[in-house]
Amino acid sequence: MSTAAAPNYELIQQDGLETNLLEVSMGPHHPSTHGVFRMDVKLDGETVVDLRPVFGYLHRNHEKLAENMSYLSSMPFTDRLDYFNSMANNWAYALAAEKLIDVEVPERAEYLRVIMAELTRLVNHISLVGFFINDLGALGTPLLYAFREREKILDLFEQASGARMMCNYFRFGGLRNDVPEGWLDRAGEVVDRFPAFLDEYEQLLCENEIILSRTQGVGNLPRELAISAGVTGPMLRASGMAYDLRKVDQYGIYDRFKFRVPYTDGDTGDCYDRFMIRMLEMRESIEILKQALAGIPEGEIMGNAPRVFKPKPAESYGRIEGPKGELGFYLIADGSPKPYRYRVRPPSLINLTVLRDMCLGGKIADAVIILGSIDIVLGEVDR
Amino acid sequence: MTILGGGIFKGMAVTLRNFVGSYINKKERLPTNDYSWRPDGDLPQGIGDYPKEEGEQLSDTTTVTEYSRNFPMLLHDGGEPMDTVRCVACQICERECPPQCIYIEKDYDENGKYIKRPAVFDIDVSVCMSCQICVEVCPFDAIVMNSQFELSTPDRFGGLLVRRDDLLKSNDYYHQIHPEEAAARDQKMAVEKAAKEAKKKAAAEKARAAAEKKAVEAAKEEAK
Amino acid sequence: MNELSHEPVLHQFPNAEWDEAAGAVIAPLGLARTMAEWLLGHGVDYCSNVTGVDYLEREVKEKITNDAGKVETVTRTEPARIDVVYHLYSMQNKTGPLVLKQRTSRDNAEAESLTPVWRSCDLQEREVFDLFGVNFKGHPDQRRILMWDEFEGHPMRRDYTEPFDYEWEPTPHNEILEKHQKGKVIV
Repeated sequence: MSTAAAPNYELIQQDGLETNLLEVSMGPHHPSTHGVFRMDVKLDGETVVDLRPVFGYLHRNHEKLAENMSYLSSMPFTDRLDYFNSMANNWAYALAAEKLIDVEVPERAEYLRVIMAELTRLVNHISLVGFFINDLGALGTPLLYAFREREKILDLFEQASGARMMCNYFRFGGLRNDVPEGWLDRAGEVVDRFPAFLDEYEQLLCENEIILSRTQGVGNLPRELAISAGVTGPMLRASGMAYDLRKVDQYGIYDRFKFRVPYTDGDTGDCYDRFMIRMLEMRESIEILKQALAGIPEGEIMGNAPRVFKPKPAESYGRIEGPKGELGFYLIADGSPKPYRYRVRPPSLINLTVLRDMCLGGKIADAVIILGSIDIVLGEVDR
Repeated sequence: MTILGGGIFKGMAVTLRNFVGSYINKKERLPTNDYSWRPDGDLPQGIGDYPKEEGEQLSDTTTVTEYSRNFPMLLHDGGEPMDTVRCVACQICERECPPQCIYIEKDYDENGKYIKRPAVFDIDVSVCMSCQICVEVCPFDAIVMNSQFELSTPDRFGGLLVRRDDLLKSNDYYHQIHPEEAAARDQKMAVEKAAKEAKKKAAAEKARAAAEKKAVEAAKEEAK
Repeated sequence: MNELSHEPVLHQFPNAEWDEAAGAVIAPLGLARTMAEWLLGHGVDYCSNVTGVDYLEREVKEKITNDAGKVETVTRTEPARIDVVYHLYSMQNKTGPLVLKQRTSRDNAEAESLTPVWRSCDLQEREVFDLFGVNFKGHPDQRRILMWDEFEGHPMRRDYTEPFDYEWEPTPHNEILEKHQKGKVIV
């Protein structure tokens, strides 16, 4: 499967004048590119003839830094990879590191991990939908409604871990501290009010003719291309492949919860499918949260991890279903307190493989919408 | 029969509901407009108003939650700070700090012997990311997280490097801002101290018993 | 999750080695693309992670039994190499992972690109080229991805020294300045 060829365009000749293709750099400073991301597009009028993504503006060489510090000290840096979902990044790293040593995570910690991860999924999907509609031109109304709900969840994170976004909450073998009293009730209140907000949001957006005409049929991604290109997460499920790591790998205690995985029926997906899959996934996350909040036991929150984390020489690859896709950490340990090789498998970067294929032949305005529906965060793409 | 644009009108009804609701139902529609943690008259008016005294900080720390953290502080147990400071300058937090924002120098007395105090303990505000790793690895419970966030200063060249004397805060202050955490830490320290004393007593007992046995054997030798 | 067994791969390609400690199949020189195509034909349709690992020349102590039957510790030198590691899964059968490694030397690092087989290797092999300096034969678009195009050097290599950047700011830990003063930094 080679890269798709640019469709043949005949340059329009008017009165003997030959027109050129316009090269635009939708440069790093751009309100719609979700971070410092650049796309060099070649345009024929308004049709995209070629597109080249350029990134690396936020490259902080996280992987090399981690080789020089202990395992625990890289945990705050994992928060800053995908800065919207810091709890999910923490869990993926803790999972990979726990595979290197033999430690058992207590029950209460496992339940709290699931609760934090699903709250993170709610935060991510609601922000993404808000930004997506903002890119379409809605100028902030749905975005700020989404952020209002996000604030309530960020307050919960602050009460549990001390910081709103850069939580640094997970440790190898459990969590750092237990949630304060009353937190579970407050989380329950937030979760109970969320479906009403989602209904209102759907009424605001999902029958809006402008959204329907601008997102349906735009950015088609066939299923075979998605699987081969390594696309994961809601983008893959919108293209017709039901592959969710919570059901396949069943890491943590996800096998105890009953929830469905939405995916489209067919073998291509467009932007509207990806948008609706995320709305449906939020409802499923609420189901998981209700079950987890009801069933959480009392107990300890930290297992018997050794005080100095010095695993024997081994390799491990731990992956979770992050809100954006499969987030994996590959660790090679060599017996010293620092990792020998530390690698982050970023879902946003791999999902960008298919950006060019989806955008060719469409209009320039559609390129912005397609980029919005892929759901990238530059902290993860560039690490 | 669906009107063209019907979906847009339905959406507008939601916007209208939110607009009217923001006057009537503030708790639901405007949840972040809540400054109850800070009384009105205390907002700083000018650049020189940022308080730096120990007692004044209480009115502008975000002690909304138990665990909220913003910048570290060194603990001392009351009285003259450098007499009862808990930090022994072991430099573990300097090594483990992820962005490497701590700079420590040990203190030596006039003979050149190492005394267990830091002579220099600087933390760079512009680098510190309040990740709490220094708190977790400290074996002496000497550094904990403060929640003071108004650290800005008009001095561009040295003002953002907080020195040792500005970092020292008393244990009572720690109890005021994070009561549960401070109580847990005090309890842990008391337990550890009791265990250490018990071990010392047991070792002293053993040494005394061994000395007695030796004295008895020496007496037997002499008697032969 | 079900495991993806490496036995059929070793059966089909007798030259491939199986590294027990790492749990990986080492692809012999020149056969990586053929192995990948065979795997794709057998349901392994998703390449999840492509990364590089740099090993400098180092001494390894091993305990072996010598001819007299006694256990002794032998030191041998492990040559320097760069590994390109692929984590492969099967989405159809929901199995995995299978770890595939390509080994190459550090001085003239070359490997076969598996991008024509699995499209997800595209950007990740570009990153291995950028940060480790491994040249992938058959890659459709090999150029630097995270560093800028005119950058020289390969940052993730273990013996990489940072250039002396005159715009450093005085912080309490002046590692780069100290390294420069000791004469260890390329300018």
